[in-house]
Amino acid sequence: MSEITPDLVRHLASLARILVTDQEVEQLAGELGIIVDSVATVTKAVSGDVAATSHPIPMANVYREDVILPSLSQLQALSSAPDSAEGRFKVNAILDED
Amino acid sequence: MTEITSSSAAVLAGLISSKEASSVEITTAFLDRLEKLNPKTNSYLYFNRENSLAQAKRADQQLAEGKTVSPLHGVPIAVKDNLTTTDAPTTAGSKILEGWVPQYDATVVRKLREASMPILGKTNLDEFAMGSSTEFSAYGPSKNPWDLTRIPGGSGGGSSSAIAGHLAPLAIGSDTGGSIRFPAAMTGSVGAKPTYGAVSRYGLIALASSLDQIGPVTNSVMDAALLQDVIGGHDPNDSTSLPNSLGSMVQSVKEADVKGLRVGVVKQLSSDGFQPGVKACFDDTIKKLAAAGAEIIEVDCPSFEYAVAAYYLILPAEASSNLAKFDSVRFGLRVTPDGNPTIENVMAATREQGFGPEVKRRIILGTYALSSGYYDAYYGSAQKVRTLIQQDLAKAFTQADVLLTPTAPTTAFKIGEKVNDPLAMYLNDIATIPANLAGIPGISVPNGLASEDGLPSGVQILAPAMQDGRMYRVASIVEKLYVDQWGASLIARVPDLEAL
Repeated sequence: MSEITPDLVRHLASLARILVTDQEVEQLAGELGIIVDSVATVTKAVSGDVAATSHPIPMANVYREDVILPSLSQLQALSSAPDSAEGRFKVNAILDED
Repeated sequence: MTEITSSSAAVLAGLISSKEASSVEITTAFLDRLEKLNPKTNSYLYFNRENSLAQAKRADQQLAEGKTVSPLHGVPIAVKDNLTTTDAPTTAGSKILEGWVPQYDATVVRKLREASMPILGKTNLDEFAMGSSTEFSAYGPSKNPWDLTRIPGGSGGGSSSAIAGHLAPLAIGSDTGGSIRFPAAMTGSVGAKPTYGAVSRYGLIALASSLDQIGPVTNSVMDAALLQDVIGGHDPNDSTSLPNSLGSMVQSVKEADVKGLRVGVVKQLSSDGFQPGVKACFDDTIKKLAAAGAEIIEVDCPSFEYAVAAYYLILPAEASSNLAKFDSVRFGLRVTPDGNPTIENVMAATREQGFGPEVKRRIILGTYALSSGYYDAYYGSAQKVRTLIQQDLAKAFTQADVLLTPTAPTTAFKIGEKVNDPLAMYLNDIATIPANLAGIPGISVPNGLASEDGLPSGVQILAPAMQDGRMYRVASIVEKLYVDQWGASLIARVPDLEAL
């Protein structure tokens, strides 16, 4: 049985910046428990020394010449922003006042 | 259905270049049809007649000036709505991006424009391409033209239903674990996932960056080859883009010859767990290839058993990181709770309201897989399984030139049948996932109707990395064996949408 408890779901959701209701927490704990139990079989697949693959096609670092190419203007970059002011993205306070 | 809308892209390109039909006429025929029938299939999330026709007009003007810029010049196309377009909203099937019009075109979209291919519209998908039925689209599921009560596959069910319903002659899909090939199998169309890096991912809204690949969804193998030739090639804007050309896929299709071909049948994907009718279609394909002169070899890929498990750790891990950018700051939805919320409260409320259930599930699962204490056991092991799968495939490809499997374990299921059972949904991709984990090319070609339900089945052809040409060559052989038997492609038997 997996260790996906409602408290763990709450913690993970807060790390992922997703607000969850109590009902969602209960449901997710059940669903994720089943999924985690199932995917945990990977731990049995590997024995001995096997290299990890993070990228399917072997590639070294990819470089290009350091030349300036056209890019988005400030106006374009801001055009889809929910809120902006003085040429910047505008957001709510980062720190709580308390 | 007009003669135009039932024609292959290759035929349409011929009509245009011989001036028997204009791009405007052809584009108009598809627009007329999709405006009438999209309410039935929900294939398109967005289309704009005026814009598409303006592009068609430009294509015709070039032809009048004697300029043909590509082999598909003037042939219209549908684009999956997770590719950015500067002249159409791009939602990725999510409420969090509702109404967003990007500031740049995806490289593939730019290439379509440079090839003078009018874009008909943007097609539906599971939210951020997470799903195999389109039921997780925030804008409602697409319907399968073979039976409107059934799913057209996913995530690219908008593209597959548009192709099977003749609402577009060509479509673009993206495939992270089977999102091109599975929908193709569900709808009797052709869907190809090229080698990882063969087509630029620039402007594709990333799901899992080490797995995502863009490819064609079409009604024939030749059409898919034509389209891959247009969209493939190196792109400096995608650092994972392959530096060298893979050659012409069209040329490979033309060279199709079964002589000396060694066909591998993957032991782990040829017996248990497949619907009997799907299995029967697959056995028939193998029998046909053997009769045509191919050598059939059973190959052993023991690590495939762990492919789905590894995939559902790697994908959520990468997705949880990729989707962190939807934070209400630079674009997309912003939900501000009452009171005096901090930006963190705003982000959490926005993501709560903007993301659907499957996206939340996978982000939280990925956050778990990457968290300290679990990282080595889960994500680390999954990456090692990836190595084992590559090793299995490398060995199999010393024994056989290509590998064949059924594309999907079943035919199209009913809308609603699996939507509340995530694990059952994940198993739809059991045969397609290994190709993404290993980066190799795979294509689904229709191989009949399952006897128990009369719905399309597909056979998947896998080739080694960079050998996309070989994949197309064998796909063309398989397609021809069936067209010779049926006298037409499977898609010719799709029910008349207008009568449904």
